[in-house]
Amino acid sequence: MRKITYREALREALREEMRRDPSVFLLGEDIGRYWGGAFKVTDGLAEEFGDERVRDTPISESAIIGTAVGAAITGMRPVAEIMFGDLTALAMDQIANQAAKICYMFGGQAKCPLVIRTPFGAGVNIASHHSQSLEAWFMHVPGINVAVPSTPNDAKGLLKTAIRGENPVFFCEHKLLYPIEGEVPEEEYTIPFGVADVKREGADVTIVATLFMVHKALNAAAHLEKEDISVEVVDPRTLTPLDKQAMMKSVKKTGRIVVVSEDCKTAGVSAEIAAIIAEEAIDYLDAPIKRVAEPDTPIPFSPPLERYVIPDEKAIIKAVKEIA
Amino acid sequence: MAQNLEREKLIGMYRKMLEIRLFEEKVFELYGQNLVPGTIHLYAGQEAIAVGVCSNLGKDDYITSTHRGHGHCIAKGADLKRTMAEILGKETGYCKGKGGSMHIADFNIGMLGATAVVGAGLPIAVGAGLSIKLRKTDQIVACFFGEGASNQGTFHESINLASTWKLPVIFVCENNLYAMGTRQSIAMNVENIADRAVAYGIPGVVVDGNDVLAVYEAVQKGVERAKKGEGPTLIECKTYRQKGHSRVDPAKYRPKGEVEEWLARDPIKRLKEKLLQTNTLTKTEIQRIEKEVVTKIEEAVKFAIESPYPSSEEALEDVYA
Ligand SMILES: Cc1ncc(C[n+]2csc(CCOP(=O)(O)OP(=O)(O)O)c2C)c(N)n1
Repeated sequence: MRKITYREALREALREEMRRDPSVFLLGEDIGRYWGGAFKVTDGLAEEFGDERVRDTPISESAIIGTAVGAAITGMRPVAEIMFGDLTALAMDQIANQAAKICYMFGGQAKCPLVIRTPFGAGVNIASHHSQSLEAWFMHVPGINVAVPSTPNDAKGLLKTAIRGENPVFFCEHKLLYPIEGEVPEEEYTIPFGVADVKREGADVTIVATLFMVHKALNAAAHLEKEDISVEVVDPRTLTPLDKQAMMKSVKKTGRIVVVSEDCKTAGVSAEIAAIIAEEAIDYLDAPIKRVAEPDTPIPFSPPLERYVIPDEKAIIKAVKEIA
Repeated sequence: MAQNLEREKLIGMYRKMLEIRLFEEKVFELYGQNLVPGTIHLYAGQEAIAVGVCSNLGKDDYITSTHRGHGHCIAKGADLKRTMAEILGKETGYCKGKGGSMHIADFNIGMLGATAVVGAGLPIAVGAGLSIKLRKTDQIVACFFGEGASNQGTFHESINLASTWKLPVIFVCENNLYAMGTRQSIAMNVENIADRAVAYGIPGVVVDGNDVLAVYEAVQKGVERAKKGEGPTLIECKTYRQKGHSRVDPAKYRPKGEVEEWLARDPIKRLKEKLLQTNTLTKTEIQRIEKEVVTKIEEAVKFAIESPYPSSEEALEDVYA
């Protein structure tokens, strides 16, 4: 199968959906013909679809999302880009109080089919305002779906589903994933929300990981195999809805689980998943649940400091060995 | 004009502007040598603004700064060594390497920190202004931001508040025509950011941001007004960033000839010519200053390079006071 990057896969999804449905349009800062998106995801799309459908906006995150909400409830399908995940904080009211609640609060009269794409993640030394992983904020808000693709294939299939769906989707990307290559079919496909993917099969320990951590988990698993520890890596692919069954199924088999997430440990993605396992699968566990996550600090700038707080293969291997 | 200002002050301005320029050139060079982690947003071309503003301020006065903040720090009197060390991520940097290029702060000189969230500094400056009023001191706050930031709600909310409460804040908009690749006209329907002051009932002034004396005088008036308790002023400084937005930006979105046009209006070159024309300084004196500045920057680079990185456990410190 052909290989393309995560960035290209996202761009293909946008291009195909824009060709298919004239109500799909993009808006965001520097996404148009002069820059093509800070991470170049939308590069070339303004040239194909014009400035009306690939709209460069002022630096106004709250208005970007609010505008997308207004367009979505009146028949359009906006895909908004927020340049860095950290900056979604500026649009939190429009995301959490408006977009997420419109369907419910108005008694099901309205739907709000909008997608918010944004990159999270550390690893390039751009410090506390450009490196966070805040997926859990959005998991905490009912009414919004949260996608966390880790491969080009998942990125494309999930983005297409997000654009075609009837609900607001918070679509998390990761800075370090953009250049990663992977197999992506040429033919049309979509990936449903709420269906996890087993990225590697194994028998001894389950690792649940998302986004860039999936790749670190796979590296760790490859290493552990040499020490005769067989690791299964489960990638939920969407956090809302969350495929509990897939995690449960894996834990039934292995009896051991390590949850790996780049976000802060407290009240984070790993906390929620660990709680679900503790609540619903405790009878299958042969060892305590382990979590590998950011140790509740802002992301520091200096390389040795940043490396220290971001979970790496070593930390994952250590956690696995503690319960294997 | 030049004649009315003390000679020492003029020379000080020239020296600071040159310090900023050569400092930025060094940062650029070190970046090329992989010594600067992350990204950089250089201040080259905008020196007259930071220096024109800060020459009106004392050590106790405050500034807030942005992702393009090296110049603001240096103009406010930050130590070049600790500034450079922070940019290189070293333990001896102002923030122990936790902040980096986009987040330098020196609370000892009223530099309240650089935020990389565009527009986030404005309400913080207003809060510092309110604190001055409540503490009944004679301080002032200068708040730096770009024209791109003036499209954030925080710009409008902050100026409204500062005006209503008559706070001692100078809002300094550095209009360098572009917010990343977005030319001003793509993102707003007004030519002058200063015109927006009307909506909040305060003076809005447009100045040539590449003329340090024009900036100095406009800010001086704003400071006088603020100290009389009459409230804030919005000063828009028209300028140009001579380099791309950040390290990766080839800045191809600029029309042909634009860069050259603005380089001809280089603020440092202009001040130098003025100083020579008015016989404030001789060529030899200028050369001496240049040499001194070069040495100072070399010392800063040496200090920064020789400083150690912080130990990894330092990452866990300072989360709470
Ligand atoms: C709230 C927010 N939105 C977007 C960005 C990404 N970004 C960083 S600098 C910049 C342009 C800022 O333009 P301007 O305020 O004019 O300042 P300049 O860079 O020209 O100095 C953008 C969009 C950010 N850091 N913060």
